[in-house]
Amino acid sequence: MDKVNLTIDGVKVSVPPQLTVLEAARRAGIKIPTLCYLRGISVSGSCRVCLVEVEKARSLAAACVMPVSEGMVVHTNSPLVRETRKSVLEMMLSDHNRECLTCVRNRNCELQTLADEYAIRDITFKGEKAKSVYDDKSFSIVRDGSKCIKCGRCVAACNKQSIGVLSFLNRGFETSIGPAFDVSMADAPCVYCGQCIVACPVGALFEKEETEDVWAAIADPDKHVVFQTAPAVRAAIGEEFGLPIGTRTTGKMFAAIRRLGADKVYDTNFGADLTIIEEGHELISRIKDGGVLPMITSCSPGWVRFCEFYYPEFIPNLSSCKSPHQMEGAIIKTYYAEKFNIAPEKIFVVSVMPCTSKKTESSREEHRNPQGLRDVDVVLTTREFARMIREAGINFTALPDETPDMDLLGEYTGAGVIFGATGGVMEAALRTVADILEDKDLPDFEYETVRGVAYDVKEAEVEIAGTKHKVAIAHSTAGARKLLDAIKDGSAPNYSFIEIMGCSGGCVCGGGQPIVPSQTLMDIDLRTERAKALYEEDVIMPERKSHKNHDVMKLYKEFLGEPNGHLAHELLHTHYSAKEIYPDNLVSE
Amino acid sequence: MLSYAVGGESTVGKTKLTPEEMSTKLDEALTHYEGQGQKALMSALQEAQEIYGYLPLPVQKRVAKTLNISVAEVYGVVSFYSFFSLKPKGEYIFNVCLGTACYVKGAQKILERIEDNLGIKAGDVTADRKFSISACRCVGACGLAPVILVNDDVYGRLTPEEIPGIIAKYKEA
Ligand code: SF4
Ligand code: SF4
Ligand code: SF4
Ligand code: FES
Ligand code: FES
Repeated sequence: MDKVNLTIDGVKVSVPPQLTVLEAARRAGIKIPTLCYLRGISVSGSCRVCLVEVEKARSLAAACVMPVSEGMVVHTNSPLVRETRKSVLEMMLSDHNRECLTCVRNRNCELQTLADEYAIRDITFKGEKAKSVYDDKSFSIVRDGSKCIKCGRCVAACNKQSIGVLSFLNRGFETSIGPAFDVSMADAPCVYCGQCIVACPVGALFEKEETEDVWAAIADPDKHVVFQTAPAVRAAIGEEFGLPIGTRTTGKMFAAIRRLGADKVYDTNFGADLTIIEEGHELISRIKDGGVLPMITSCSPGWVRFCEFYYPEFIPNLSSCKSPHQMEGAIIKTYYAEKFNIAPEKIFVVSVMPCTSKKTESSREEHRNPQGLRDVDVVLTTREFARMIREAGINFTALPDETPDMDLLGEYTGAGVIFGATGGVMEAALRTVADILEDKDLPDFEYETVRGVAYDVKEAEVEIAGTKHKVAIAHSTAGARKLLDAIKDGSAPNYSFIEIMGCSGGCVCGGGQPIVPSQTLMDIDLRTERAKALYEEDVIMPERKSHKNHDVMKLYKEFLGEPNGHLAHELLHTHYSAKEIYPDNLVSE
Repeated sequence: MLSYAVGGESTVGKTKLTPEEMSTKLDEALTHYEGQGQKALMSALQEAQEIYGYLPLPVQKRVAKTLNISVAEVYGVVSFYSFFSLKPKGEYIFNVCLGTACYVKGAQKILERIEDNLGIKAGDVTADRKFSISACRCVGACGLAPVILVNDDVYGRLTPEEIPGIIAKYKEA
């Protein structure tokens, strides 16, 4: 392919013609600052932080949108460039609520980093600050308009999800970001995937923090605090403590929970194995009894909400299974409570999740046990969990590797672990369903075709007990939309089973995961890096099929009875209902 | 005070559409825009506002659905342009010119007097939906500054003292 030759800061570079100056510089190891740019998501050229000098051009150019051209001579570090970037930053900071010390993004903020790098010491533009919205009404997402720099990355992230909850509102000095009519996130048709949060360079969007409730429960001698951690957490929490992206820190994660003061440490992978048993049997009975097909997974609450708002016609296709951590919570407050003779109302279940939507999910009325207790009392994001570890003064990287409590619900299989990556639930389900239907322990159970992030919709054909089944996997709500539209217009084949995850890449890149600076994201695919950690754990597990989890089998034998049986239905299954987008009476005139 | 009726005909007592009629008209208007996306947004909104006089949530939702874009995107555009209105207009719209000529001749005082008299602020409508106030840029009658328009009636060379009389006239109408 033809290459374009240009000179950046005296360095000769030869790059493919479709690159921008920003990308070309990056390849040459030259860093150009950015703020509104987010690779693959937001390319608006609006913030002007990436300005560079191009010889013979009339004015400075935004490197993130400027295409390379033959013979171009670029200066990224001239006095003019530095001065201009500095005033752009000063301007931005003049209307910014600069309370870094009490900000959720203190020390992981792209604006703060730039202010530091450009040695901003004084903000010369003074004047009134625009009035702004502070919205913490939803269970999942808080918006603090006073921190917003109007970079539009959240708007682009939500559009990339094909949802479009956020938009630029008003104009000029009064410009803000929000849903239609500037309603609360609690009233917007938002699925709480949190992709806007991880896209935001500053502290303008963040999860509803609940660490205080957890500290209080731990300190309360009457409360028996049980933690569980989702598979994706182990693949990312290390980043919060300076470990390279993709480092698997399973053992340290369990050790940290113990040191926080939890009474019991479990892994949601157990719940994932349990989900496979329930969901697998649900699928088999739908196939055998002519139930609604394709059956679609229901473990991603972002996806479930998307379905309820935007594709309610597919509600009958949703598996009635609760998500793994909800199942596990329900089992902890019944079976576990009984076995250890602890009153269920004294048990406080904390789920550490890569997800912001799970905060809203766990507060759903349907997710209470027959005594009216919540299955899960608090959902913490991976980030909140990391904050607790820091606050407790725990030296995470120096922790020993520990295991969950291996006393009742501690065992998990490799199938449970891979739930955290796109294709993982499908693969875990196939491992079990194939064994059941063929009635043997099949040796080939790695379904490579359903893995990976190259496409947001994946399709595979599997042969089980002599019958061919078509399955599909979608990740991101945009992928879900694509797939469901194809099913609606008849262009898709008849699938038996579909896995859908609300976030691109699956839970490893959920909206509650550590936030990676946009500059780092220029060089790596976060989804792949984090997923590696999970597949790595899968292969080292003694058991890699959910139905081989001894603790799960014991649970059926001693408590639940049959999969999909009466008690299982009461505790582990749920129902859904269509939700209206911006009900007419939402805003009064 | 000088007073004119632009276009020769006063709008006093003009008949209004029923909600059902407005809804049908909107349906008709929107049929041309099916699936056209963002590029048709401005004209679709203009037509909708002509029918309803403003753009309430249900109307914006219908526009969004027709064009296949998000409601937030529609609202973003509505809130960006001052000629789109989120609030209903009164039967009589007091449009106060705040253009430069009118401004220097005391338009602000005129506006305040109208606000006091009607008990609402610019941009709002009275509870009985009889009156609303809006501010506008130069209406091209600078020679008459300060100027207000009440629907299509123009009043020029105004003093604040004349406002109660003008309002009273429409209250009776
Ligand atoms: S958003 Fe960043 S710059 Fe602003 S207060 Fe928070 S940490 Fe400081
Ligand atoms: S949480 Fe997801 S759906 Fe909601 S505004 Fe953010 S990106 Fe959009
Ligand atoms: S909320 Fe964050 S991502 Fe969205 S525009 Fe503001 S600063 Fe940018
Ligand atoms: S304009 Fe290039 S990063 Fe914002
Ligand atoms: S400024 Fe009011 S009419 Fe021109």
